[in-house]
Amino acid sequence: MGTTGTPTNLTQGSRTSGGIGESTLRPDGTLKVTGDFAYSSDMWHEDMLWGHILRSPVAHAEIVSIDTSEALAQPGVYAVMTYDDLPTDVRNYGLEIQDTPVLANGRVRHHGEPVAIVAADHPETARRAAAKIRVEYRELPVVTDEASATAPDAPVLHPGRADHHAPHVPHPNIVHRQPILRGDVAEARRRADVIVEGEYVFGMQDQAFLGPESGLAVPAEDGGVDLYIATQWLHADLRQIAPVLGLPEDKVRMTLAGVGGAFGGREDLSMQIHACLLALRTGKPVKIVYNRFESFFGHVHRHPARLYYEHGATRDGKLTHLKARIVLDGGAYASSSPAVVGNAASLGAGPYVVDNVDIEAVALYTNNPPCGAMRGFGAVQACFAYEAQMDKLAAKLGMDPVEFRQLNAMEQGSLMPTGQVVDSPAPVAELLRRVKAMPMPPERQWVTTEGADVRQLPGGLSNTTHGEGVVRGVGYAVGIKNVGFSEGFDDYSTARVRMEVVGGEPVATVHTAMAEVGQGGVTVHAQIARTELGVTQVTIQPADTQVGSAGSTSASRQTYVTGGAVKNACELVREKVLEIGRRKFGSSHPAWATAELLLEGGKVVTDGGEALADLADVLEGEAVEVEEVWRHRPTEPFDLRTGQGFGHVQYSFAAHRAVVEVDTELGLVKVIELACAQDVGKALNPLSVVGQIQGGTTQGLGMAVMEEIVVDPKTAKVRNPSFTDYLIPTILDTPTIPVDVLELADEHAPYGLRGVGEAPTLSSTPAVLAAIRAATGLALDRTPVRPEHLTGTA
Amino acid sequence: MRVTFRVNGRRQEADDVWEGESLLYVLRERLGLPGSKNACEQGECGSCTVRLDGVPVCACLVAAGQVEGRDVVTVEGLADYAKERAAGGGCATHPGSCGTAGTSLDAARRWEARPTDSATGEGAQLAPIQQAFIDAGAVQCGFCTPGLLVAADEMLERNPNPSDADIREALSGNLCRCTGYEKILDAVRLAAARQSEGA
Repeated sequence: MGTTGTPTNLTQGSRTSGGIGESTLRPDGTLKVTGDFAYSSDMWHEDMLWGHILRSPVAHAEIVSIDTSEALAQPGVYAVMTYDDLPTDVRNYGLEIQDTPVLANGRVRHHGEPVAIVAADHPETARRAAAKIRVEYRELPVVTDEASATAPDAPVLHPGRADHHAPHVPHPNIVHRQPILRGDVAEARRRADVIVEGEYVFGMQDQAFLGPESGLAVPAEDGGVDLYIATQWLHADLRQIAPVLGLPEDKVRMTLAGVGGAFGGREDLSMQIHACLLALRTGKPVKIVYNRFESFFGHVHRHPARLYYEHGATRDGKLTHLKARIVLDGGAYASSSPAVVGNAASLGAGPYVVDNVDIEAVALYTNNPPCGAMRGFGAVQACFAYEAQMDKLAAKLGMDPVEFRQLNAMEQGSLMPTGQVVDSPAPVAELLRRVKAMPMPPERQWVTTEGADVRQLPGGLSNTTHGEGVVRGVGYAVGIKNVGFSEGFDDYSTARVRMEVVGGEPVATVHTAMAEVGQGGVTVHAQIARTELGVTQVTIQPADTQVGSAGSTSASRQTYVTGGAVKNACELVREKVLEIGRRKFGSSHPAWATAELLLEGGKVVTDGGEALADLADVLEGEAVEVEEVWRHRPTEPFDLRTGQGFGHVQYSFAAHRAVVEVDTELGLVKVIELACAQDVGKALNPLSVVGQIQGGTTQGLGMAVMEEIVVDPKTAKVRNPSFTDYLIPTILDTPTIPVDVLELADEHAPYGLRGVGEAPTLSSTPAVLAAIRAATGLALDRTPVRPEHLTGTA
Repeated sequence: MRVTFRVNGRRQEADDVWEGESLLYVLRERLGLPGSKNACEQGECGSCTVRLDGVPVCACLVAAGQVEGRDVVTVEGLADYAKERAAGGGCATHPGSCGTAGTSLDAARRWEARPTDSATGEGAQLAPIQQAFIDAGAVQCGFCTPGLLVAADEMLERNPNPSDADIREALSGNLCRCTGYEKILDAVRLAAARQSEGA
């Protein structure tokens, strides 16, 4: 941490050897274990002020008046700002639809909406001053679900919508609607020997990243601002921030500070604009750090959903048709709801071949908390429903649930309900086979020579059972997730790669704007550079807006797209290095002109392995630098009426087997093991790949048995914004997670890789639910499962 | 108020401390030691775990005034703390928390944290548990890491050969959202194994 004003410790150097396919260690690992890694909440500046945000205590109200005079009069307070103090006419922001007010404009639409901001010399001073801002609210009726949002007399949350979804939605409180129509459902329904229906409820999950929203805005002499921030996409933030400040984008210089996890929750802006506004207003650096309570209000959540599913199958177990309706609650502002709708609809049939499909997905505007991106992004909710349906169908047909899935599993060459051909490996049946073949954990593992080890039992150290009333169940699930941005989005990344001699040694420097949020992109970029350029030493520059956009760290896309951009830039650098080599040494050996040349081990070598020159000699006195944009193959939008189209660039698949034990008397669940098999195409860093799979699996476990933001249906107020009341899995809740990694190359992707991060979050939840159903015999149509659902006291 | 205490073996004075400030706030905002993380401010997540007179505590739940005259170890001092412990026959902690053969308080205060190369972290001397976290892939975003390291190091001091159930119990107050804990278990097992081999 700097004491002279400028945050440091953002550069991550590395001398670790190892190219792709090796489990090289994180270049930021040492900083992170010594406490020296500079997270956004660690930023500090001389003369720094603290910002604080006053938020609405009610979900829907007109603001009658705001009186800031008493707050402004507090000693130590430097500024108080409301909507009227915003510097330009651009006063809304949003990822796709700019419907989110920077500060409330006469109306609040959800509990916790920002109303005013304060800067003071101590965080507590700022907090207390904010409490002295007098806001008079006139409460309005709330809409909280589909019925109330689309009722004839429903209050319209965003009157006068002009966004591009407005013309095709059936009601102004519906953000976006995407149907997927294929085949003839009515005809197929008549052929079905069995039909199963279900109505499923998926609760509101929070990303619960540990590092709260935070950053530091430093006003600059040129009238601009330097912003050190934890985010998932620097350039998307910049595009939204600069117009509100009335600054050109080159005067808002953003640097990625250390990011304490993201999982989708940092795709939308949080305190970025507020910190910049206060810094520009006061002329002083302003730091804002949310506490956990505020964090629950400060970012979007995973859409809660109601899902209505009907499947049919023939007697021999072949799916005939699917009718599905998926209603996602987007809350008060659009965020990424339209894309979540596209995912839920297009992936709503799961990894199965079903020729006759009628799916409709919608997202609502309500007065509930805004919802947007979270790991799995629309595919998670659908997977919970279709996997429950698969188990119901198998049971009705008297078939094994895994065999039933395998019988209907898609494979390479299968058609999606969107008409898109799955044109790379889709080992759905194989993943199920593998996960089923893993050894089962021993029965009654809690029994020891000294009696029951309660730590191994439901209820754990609460010591609620020594095995009485405990039953075991096993469940399976598999899911499909798209990789990369879809529906025609121009999903590019930029990489700048430099190669030069430093201290007699060839060194590569990789500069991208990729947000490292913990996933290990920085590790992989260095590996790619070593593999492509034959160097040992690679420096990863801090991510900032001084280089072109790297797109978002989301949609499992960064290794694919920014990794692809780094690979591409390295290849261009290699060509230039070889040109220099030919110029300098071409006359010394005929192979310079005739052979395929590679960079390996610090040398230029022929494809036959003969060394022609040291890279240090080739690059002596010359540096090579390339900045280049790279794109994956284009996708296209889904047809608004039929949902047909080449919408997704790549799919990824994971399967889970859950083993649970349930104390049926108290309704307590212990997940004993959660095994996963996943195809990753190519594991660029196997250690990180397994880490991603285990982490995603655990978030799915949380969604199955504990995680839910509870919103009061009468008031639309959040009831549990804390880690005391919103539970995420601890190490005691999390079981052993054996992982079987399959590597079937996707020929369209760099190195054949497949995005990894999200797929394991899909199938984990329904596998646990299936296991609990198997243990208890209960139907369980909602997640998370609470004790009262298991004891019949709900 | 003024608060005087020892942090990582070094005497520290914090002036103008407001009575409502926590030990965590004083460490992070007044003493330039941001390694201890603030993720919940209510003792649920363990990200701010430090040792207070040898005992692991959530620094967010300790009022700054409570540490007057006492000893605090943070993640920034963990490497030297572990080194001192190794030199002292396996115990660097406060008397009473590490068996009767433990190091005396004065002896424990001999060591002091040294600055490390802060540009990249290269060349930093690490405690065995820190190295094990890197080697086992237990670090992703890293926000939970400082608290877990302090808690795991303290457990290994008490229990050099923990079972998996022991590790889970000892670390159950530390939330991690990235890893699913499997690699954290690996890291603690690795540190324990290296410790017993090297002993």
